[in-house]
Amino acid sequence: MDTKSIVYIALFAALTAALALFPPIQLPGGVPITAQSLGVMLAGSLAGAKRGGLAMVLFLALVAAGLPLLAGGRGGIGVLFGPSGGFLFAWPISAFVIGYCVSKFAGDNLVKLIGWIIFGGIVVMYAIGIPWLAVAAEMPMTKALTVMLAYIPGDVIKAVLAALITRGVRRALPGF
Amino acid sequence: MIELRDVDLSFGDRAVLRGVSLRLSERRIGVIGANGSGKSSFMRLLNGLVLPNRGTVTVDGLDTGTHGKDVRRKVGFVFQNPDNQIVFPVVEEDLAFGMKNLDLPKDQIAARINEVLARYDMTDLREYPAHLLSGGQKQLLAISGVLVMEPDWLVLDEPTTLLDLRNTRRIARAIDGVNQHVIMATHDLDLIAGFDRVILFDQGKVALDGPPAEVVPAYERMMG
Amino acid sequence: MLDLYSPGTSRLHRARAGWKLLALMAFGTAIFLTDTLWHVLAAGGVVVALFLLSGLTLRQAWAQVRPAIWILAILFVVQGIINSWALGAFVVARFAVLLTAAGLLTLTTRASDMIDAITFGLGFLRPVGVNPAKVGLTFSLALRFIPVLGQITQEVREAQKARGLERSLIAVALPVAIRTIKMADDVADAIDARGYRP
Ligand SMILES: Nc1ncnc2c1ncn2[C@@H]1O[C@H](COP(=O)(O)OP(=O)(O)OP(=O)(O)O)[C@@H](O)[C@H]1O
Ligand SMILES: [Mg+2]
Repeated sequence: MDTKSIVYIALFAALTAALALFPPIQLPGGVPITAQSLGVMLAGSLAGAKRGGLAMVLFLALVAAGLPLLAGGRGGIGVLFGPSGGFLFAWPISAFVIGYCVSKFAGDNLVKLIGWIIFGGIVVMYAIGIPWLAVAAEMPMTKALTVMLAYIPGDVIKAVLAALITRGVRRALPGF
Repeated sequence: MIELRDVDLSFGDRAVLRGVSLRLSERRIGVIGANGSGKSSFMRLLNGLVLPNRGTVTVDGLDTGTHGKDVRRKVGFVFQNPDNQIVFPVVEEDLAFGMKNLDLPKDQIAARINEVLARYDMTDLREYPAHLLSGGQKQLLAISGVLVMEPDWLVLDEPTTLLDLRNTRRIARAIDGVNQHVIMATHDLDLIAGFDRVILFDQGKVALDGPPAEVVPAYERMMG
Repeated sequence: MLDLYSPGTSRLHRARAGWKLLALMAFGTAIFLTDTLWHVLAAGGVVVALFLLSGLTLRQAWAQVRPAIWILAILFVVQGIINSWALGAFVVARFAVLLTAAGLLTLTTRASDMIDAITFGLGFLRPVGVNPAKVGLTFSLALRFIPVLGQITQEVREAQKARGLERSLIAVALPVAIRTIKMADDVADAIDARGYRP
């Protein structure tokens, strides 16, 4: 691992922490969306599969170590064990999948970029988080899915934002 | 001595430095020129952060390409923004970082930290979080982090650009007091007025090279 | 660095972070293996007793569960309707106990000690190519840059506020992302310039 990779991993973990400072946006229906999972998507699409995935591992380790880095000032190892812990454990995998797919398949096409970010950031994330919720809370998968349905619109908005930001960064820093 | 022989540097197909040949041995050398004229690129060549596409850069005869590690030991580098340069959360840890990379023994690391903190009036800040320091203190910390490695050369790229007048003077005094050879790029012409030699860059070439009394007025005329 | 640590001198405060972490893992596994409500409640009693013995308050114990209270309430209702209210109570109690136990670790352990323990633990992964020294540097860098990026985010939000854009995520996140990446190159150079050899 070269110096640059170490720095990218640390910086994208720090960026994800900084995004927690953004106040949550209330969607109609009352579900708050936080900017933080944007950090997961950006880590994947900007830092790449390996660096982005490891950045999220680092971020979770910092949270587990007791730093209040999650939105709302939450932290500590307990949040990883909660009912929604699966979604947090999914972050590194999501970032990795986004990084891999975006670099392999998306090119400069905005629609494809959005599509692959949705795949990694929503499909993969929910595919890990929902079974965890179902098992940990001893409820059937379909119920767990229904509980999470309300979050999907917010996550789609974030995927579009992540794609726009990714394209914006590539324009601002040619050769990146 | 640092010597550049017929150096070209380009990023992609963009030529940034062309045909630069210099022998540097003075104690205080200033580097000036318009934005984008190649100052930073030139400075980064001096300790092997970038390597020339053509020609050679040597420090005391050591090539920056093949002896990167030894060259960085001899040539310390201070950047414009201390926030990008301070890499550890606490003052003391950051000062220790470079010395650990030199594999110095623990007691020597501690002694040099004490010494540099005392010299810059920062003894109380030893365990202070770096992000709570003022801009001037941050830049002093960045310079200290390089000085404790005891390089022969101190290369500084616009070390005062982000600072107010008081802190600019503080940094200027600190730089004035170091034993090292200093090479400093700056847009603040007052800082280099007393230097031994000033090199003026223009579009990637050395346009003028001489004492400040000669080079600075020429630069001022050039800038209109 | 601001962490969730609650200063104290109890046994638990003084115990090595690594042991506490292992104990919590064992506790968590055990509590998921049982299916008896009384076991879970007894474990909860032990955790609460440890809170008091460590000089912490019941209020602090409750604060570990409170953020999850809505999710737990939903779980309880869903379980009650589709299975039984008894199962609902069991599932919710199990989470509450686990969250409280985890909180006990967080409150009695400094983040820096936890990071040291994690870094040490990763040393066992050396055979598969993990280098603990690099992991340690990465942790330190992240701790150093969290406040820096927090400050950059605030600066950008203020700048966008002046243009009436402070609620626009993209107007804030895009400049922050660009500055982050530009910064990455400079930081890497600064580390190399100080003689670091990866
Ligand atoms: N990493 C890079 N990739 C591509 N181009 C670069 C890179 N670094 C510098 N350049 C280009 O090289 C030229 C010289 O840049 P340099 O930073 O050396 O100028 P400078 O004299 O230090 O300017 P300033 O006074 O603004 O600091 C510029 O045109 C710049 O765009
Ligand atoms: Mg420059």
